[in-house]
Amino acid sequence: MSTMAYAFANERPVTPDVIAEHKLNELEYSRILAMLGRTPTLTEIGVFSALWSEHCSYKHTKPVLKTFPVTGAQVIQGPGENAGVLRLPDGWAVAFKIESHNHPSAVEPYQGAATGVGGILRDVFTMGARPVAMLNSLRLGPLTDARNRWLFSGIVKGVGDYGNCVGVPTLGGEVYFDDGYSGNPLVNAMCVGLLRETDLIRAAAEGIGNVLLCVGARTGRDGIHGASFASEDLSAESEKRRPQVQVGDPFTEKLLLEASLEMITGGHIVAIQDMGAAGLTSSSAEMAARGGVGVEIDTALVPVREPGMTPYEILLSESQERMLVVCEPHKVADVTAICTKWELACAAIGHVTDDGLYRVKHDGVTVAEIPGQRLVDDCPIYQPEARESEMAVARRALSPTQADAPVPTALERLLAAPNIASKRWVFEQYDSTVRSSTVLGPGGDAGVFRVPDTTFGVAVTVDCNARLVGLDPYEGGKATVAEAARNIACTGARPLGITDCLNFGNPQRPEVFFQFKEACRGIADACRAFETPVTGGNVSLYNESPMGAIDPTPTVGMVGLLADITTKVPSHFQHAGDEILILGITQGALGGSAYWADVLGCKGGTPAMIDLAAERALQEVLITAAEERRVSSAHDCSDGGLLVALVEAALGGPYASGRGCGVDLAGYADGLGASRLAFAEDGARAVLSVPPAQVQALLDLALAHGVPAFRAGQVSDVDGRVRIVRGAHVLADAAVARYKSIHDQAIPTLMASGAAEG
Amino acid sequence: MRTVAIIRFPGSNCDEDSLRAAEFVGVRAHYVWHRDTTLGGADIVILPGGFSYGDYLRSGAIARFSPVMEAVQAHAQAGGAVLGICNGFQILCEAHLLPGALVRNDRLRFASRPVRTRVERTTTNFTNAYQAGDVLTLPVAHGDGRFAADPATIAALEAEGRIVLRYVEGTNPNGSEHDIAGICNAAGNVVGIMPHPERVMEPVLGQVDGLGFFTSMMGRTAGSLA
Repeated sequence: MSTMAYAFANERPVTPDVIAEHKLNELEYSRILAMLGRTPTLTEIGVFSALWSEHCSYKHTKPVLKTFPVTGAQVIQGPGENAGVLRLPDGWAVAFKIESHNHPSAVEPYQGAATGVGGILRDVFTMGARPVAMLNSLRLGPLTDARNRWLFSGIVKGVGDYGNCVGVPTLGGEVYFDDGYSGNPLVNAMCVGLLRETDLIRAAAEGIGNVLLCVGARTGRDGIHGASFASEDLSAESEKRRPQVQVGDPFTEKLLLEASLEMITGGHIVAIQDMGAAGLTSSSAEMAARGGVGVEIDTALVPVREPGMTPYEILLSESQERMLVVCEPHKVADVTAICTKWELACAAIGHVTDDGLYRVKHDGVTVAEIPGQRLVDDCPIYQPEARESEMAVARRALSPTQADAPVPTALERLLAAPNIASKRWVFEQYDSTVRSSTVLGPGGDAGVFRVPDTTFGVAVTVDCNARLVGLDPYEGGKATVAEAARNIACTGARPLGITDCLNFGNPQRPEVFFQFKEACRGIADACRAFETPVTGGNVSLYNESPMGAIDPTPTVGMVGLLADITTKVPSHFQHAGDEILILGITQGALGGSAYWADVLGCKGGTPAMIDLAAERALQEVLITAAEERRVSSAHDCSDGGLLVALVEAALGGPYASGRGCGVDLAGYADGLGASRLAFAEDGARAVLSVPPAQVQALLDLALAHGVPAFRAGQVSDVDGRVRIVRGAHVLADAAVARYKSIHDQAIPTLMASGAAEG
Repeated sequence: MRTVAIIRFPGSNCDEDSLRAAEFVGVRAHYVWHRDTTLGGADIVILPGGFSYGDYLRSGAIARFSPVMEAVQAHAQAGGAVLGICNGFQILCEAHLLPGALVRNDRLRFASRPVRTRVERTTTNFTNAYQAGDVLTLPVAHGDGRFAADPATIAALEAEGRIVLRYVEGTNPNGSEHDIAGICNAAGNVVGIMPHPERVMEPVLGQVDGLGFFTSMMGRTAGSLA
């Protein structure tokens, strides 16, 4: 098939320099030439550059992503759409997805983070789902540095202002600090939405002659080439990219949300997609390819913010809060009326064609004409070399040079370590109760919200222990999914599925691609073991700056079903006299532990292996115990190990006083030294508090599932004393208020030192 | 039976919560769009929380010019009951139905958390189900919640018993003058509060301290308070 397009007035000729500027390599450009049978126009080069960027094409990662398990009885929509969708009871479904906005947040933290939230909200409501919960995973360099404090303040405020304004509660998240993120912070935002299964809509353009409409904000010159920006390393030059960071308008987003849901649930439209990365280009090309049709658009019809914009600019703008909608011709009036009600711009810009071509005109002159399916599918796929670096092997052999600290002292240092300390400073900037459906808010193992007018709820969490992934990507990948599933199961909910945000360095470096492949293998194995399919997500590569690459950070967002919200289990001790049980055992591995990293200054060692069968058995015990109402609280044992988990459970949560407890660990892992007993980070463990009358039934339940259970002690009074011993050896002994104050004050104290961009 | 009109501005996001809260206690409730010019025969008006028009200028500054606000003004002047919650409170101040203003929190950050508040006045359409001195745990979620007014206005509010709700000492989340969390107009029929009682109505969600604001609308008592 031959195609024809004309250069737009005064546009630059396509020279080798222009091709290089657009990050197209020789192989890619030769494919374009072969596909078109002629020299492409500048507009076409822009289109290929965007769609064949790493961000849109997954050209380095697709073969690995194909190894994820994606099926299950609960799956309504797996990967490939704007968001994954899983089945809930009574005709309900949950749509969810996580996405990164790392590079923009590194140069403009407030807008970068805000627009990250905006983008993920749109991915969810374009499925026909109402967003009902947000989560986020933030990674930064240490707060002892003024620039990191500036980034942290800006990112948290950006996330908060956007979600708060739209009116979606933030129910959970994680914040993690490590040197590796100093030059390259990570902002991963997750959105969870609810829909009636019958309202599900996909982003596939269908129906020859159907109309394409551009709905929402006007198109400006902001964010041009954002997708390409996200596909390169950060450098000193990146600061100049600041004007490319889009500006968020959550008010328009809220209007767009209401208008979109009105169009979808009213049956007015055929398909809808966010104009996200690569804007109009990717939304129109991807919708056409999904529907197996061609499209023709005229960029002169797109409502613009400023005169004189070229088709190139209109196609590649990443102006926020815009949607591409497809509807039947006789529905255009209905769609327009809905947009008018919500005070949104709406313009017909093209139609669906039967020639399979992706055709762009400007004032009637064809400026791009490309075979549509090949535009999306024919990007070269690379199989980079994967090889573990010798440095990574050497890191696993490390052990601390410092001697062990006394356990009670080390405990207090861990409670004050920003990775473990209370995140109130963060989550109190996010509305967590709007929508009046919050069953469990931030500050516990997982958030839970109620599905309106039903008895069930959905549990949500995001997790990643990047230190473990850095040391052993395969085990770390498993550990990440296992921790998410434990957090969900602690609330009493059953894990249903995951979305992932794979943040890595430059995939063309063999050691980075090794991390990627191995972490994905670990995630896939764990998801198979837990029957929690991967429903989609996002890959963020090139997270490198002159200060180095980040630790590999495959963030996992998980949702679970809590069949009866009255059986919810909180994370913290509730009643004096309850017995404390520890489920699971420890081998004493300290490699990659918070204790070694934060107390002894050693980020190395061999992490604990993850026993997926033991994890699954633990989940079953936690879920059944909740269903049978046998537990007062359950808390996952992870960062910081057993002693930190016990003390955290005693702290009472962000808005209640703590409770004392008396625990004797003699008889639990007796062969291990005190530090290993206290701080080892084996998986498959949880700390429970159980009413005395239920203890025997719980022990029987654990035994039936082959989960070791240890009777450790008792919960005592509000504001009591936490005393944890091993026989005569004291591991912790202080008023709970002391621990609470250390845990609460750590981050506010660091942030009080002020922030600076410099 | 009394009916409640919930005003929806572009950017309102607690409209559904307010409607459900009203229905939860058996009050009939309906939405009124900001472009409407009548209240649909409602006895009570609620201006819900949210970010009307994005609150990009000053919170509530644009919403006060919505067509529906003329009807709300007329309703209030005729002695009709009006409750503004959070952004609704901000709009009532901007519309001069209540004195003072709600300005940026003293710590300059959005504040989302449960706070303890004390009921100071029970002779309103929204607090008659409580006893004076009742302490309620209610969520706040706002960036602009610090009540500010000139000293004479504050003194008048105190002297006339027009402070409806006050943060318990030491829990003021935003630096509000005199720990003010809610006030009413001179006649007592227009009430504005920053906390969100509509979010704490059901035992299954953990707290029920907000129930009384809605049962008060029916003129019946809220039952025992925790």
